[in-house]
Amino acid sequence: MGSRASTLLREEEIEEIKKETGFSHSQITRLYSRFTSLDKGENGTLSREDFQRIPELAINPLGDRIINAFFPEGEDQVNFRGFMRTLAHFRPIEDNEKNKNAAVSEPLNSRTNKLLFAFRLYDLDRDDKISRDELLQVLRMMVGVNISDEQLGSIADRTIQEADTNGDNSISFNEFIKVLEKVDVEQKMSIRFLH
Amino acid sequence: MDSSLSGNKVEMEDFWTFALWALKTWLYLIICLIMIPAMFGFSLGISETYMTILVKTLEWATLNIQKVYAEERTLTASPSNGLIEREDGSMEKELEELRRSRPKSLGSDFTLSDCVYFTRRGIESIVEDEVTQRFTSEELVSWNLLTRTNNDFQYISLKVTLVYGIGIFMRYCILAPLRITLACIGLSWLVIGTSAVGLLPNWSIKFWLSEWVHVMCYRICARGLSATIRYHNKENKPKKGGICVANHTSPIDIVILCNDGCYAMVGQIHGGLMGVIQRAMVRSCPHVWFERAEMKDRHLVTKRLKDHVNDKTKLPILIFPEGTCVNNTSVMMFKKGSFEIGSTIYPVAIKYDPNVGDAFWNSSKYSMVSYLLRMMTSWALVCNVWYLPAMHQQEEEDAVQFAKRVKSAIALRGGLVDLQWDGGLKRAKVKDLFKEEQQKQYSSMVLGDDSSSHSD
Repeated sequence: MGSRASTLLREEEIEEIKKETGFSHSQITRLYSRFTSLDKGENGTLSREDFQRIPELAINPLGDRIINAFFPEGEDQVNFRGFMRTLAHFRPIEDNEKNKNAAVSEPLNSRTNKLLFAFRLYDLDRDDKISRDELLQVLRMMVGVNISDEQLGSIADRTIQEADTNGDNSISFNEFIKVLEKVDVEQKMSIRFLH
Repeated sequence: MDSSLSGNKVEMEDFWTFALWALKTWLYLIICLIMIPAMFGFSLGISETYMTILVKTLEWATLNIQKVYAEERTLTASPSNGLIEREDGSMEKELEELRRSRPKSLGSDFTLSDCVYFTRRGIESIVEDEVTQRFTSEELVSWNLLTRTNNDFQYISLKVTLVYGIGIFMRYCILAPLRITLACIGLSWLVIGTSAVGLLPNWSIKFWLSEWVHVMCYRICARGLSATIRYHNKENKPKKGGICVANHTSPIDIVILCNDGCYAMVGQIHGGLMGVIQRAMVRSCPHVWFERAEMKDRHLVTKRLKDHVNDKTKLPILIFPEGTCVNNTSVMMFKKGSFEIGSTIYPVAIKYDPNVGDAFWNSSKYSMVSYLLRMMTSWALVCNVWYLPAMHQQEEEDAVQFAKRVKSAIALRGGLVDLQWDGGLKRAKVKDLFKEEQQKQYSSMVLGDDSSSHSD
């Protein structure tokens, strides 16, 4: 209770996050209040358990993979900065962001970054390749016990066959981009944030 | 030396006589202006005047706040208070859209892009979900001049701050002592009154007296919270031999409902102050209290409720089937227990006005006493109560479906969001079963059987 001042966001921090993520001032303060309400330990960071406490996320077949995307390798806490950086991938691409020259570093919500986020869901060991084994594991998460090993195996084989162009029996990020070439990722991986 | 001591003594005595006199006047005033009207259920119009002034003040404050914000930046108050706009398509529809770009292959149907659907759903639930936000106080669109709002409202203007200051003085120095006195009188009256009535033989006058004592005490307590309650559709009021079910926001719900008639309570015997009140109440009229151990025995609970309902002379039972307090923006899953008894169900919707005070009891954050103190230092308590027409279980319906139907009716009437989620999620983790359902639904899409068409 007494440390109310320290739980508020400083104006400089908001400015920095604004620059980094493109969220508006009011979006940042409101997402901050969401962040603090999820933070049951009240220590300014979220743990995996904090995320799992959201029932709708807990029943999501890929929930654990999505949660994992918030945590840098080997860490089990994420602060507000990191939280916002991950969420920024899902900001819609605005018209004035489309024609920006490539000299400026690519925004977090670009098509490539959105695709990279999806790619990493499958890439369990973060080696920038989706192996047959990794694909099988993620498929198992999605379907549960409802499909036999045999059937799932053939689905994985077929998927890799279709995507793999260099014959290494795995899917690289470039091959992944190719497969999702016609998918409207810009829209399908964007969330309509209000004001 | 001596004389100054005795002088002090005289002063002290003066002080005490004055204090006694002040206390006496205070009590007489309370009795004349509040207790007696409360006993007989009429009003002197004091609280109505207070409410009018309050509403005017809050309107004025809102106007001022908006003016300042409009100057700072073009922030228009959105109609909803949400953070995002959700995509509401079903899994089938969304996945089909994702797969449209790809020629449909023979046999099984999986594409790498399927994860996009789950990802967006997952991220949406991280930003805003239906459940966890129901267990924290509702966020207001505009500041209501109380300190405790989730949004960080800052310095606005001298005028507003001044009014806020006067408000603090009013609430803490005048209203709070008055309300605490009233609550104490109300509760002790309840214990004394019901115990006294309990001594009478079982004549019909006993029931009448018991009801009178109950209602009177609740009326005093309601005044202790400055409650303004509007009852709608009184013709549907719960009748004897039925079960009244209502949405649950806080223990105050009971005071609100009992202001308009008596109910038999169901619940566990508590310790401490609650226990004393419960034991006194059961002496004058038959409430259904259970010991902690008995509560576990579902058959015993159902049997005792059935016996109560079948006795047509007994008061209707009041049950909150959500089993937990929700922040009054939604209705969560109704536990099926009270719908298995097979009696008439009288649904009641209760909606508080969040602008004058937050009625939600966040039991994991505040104890009962500190919650009551917060209520007593709020502006007031304004709420609407709607009596809905009686409902019966239909033949083809089981208890779970019936519970759902009643819940929807309450949600619709009270303007609340109708949720399927279990209020127990406040403390417990979600069951794996729900995840398995999602996986099953997705599997059927991958395998491409027709079973997916009728999963809703």
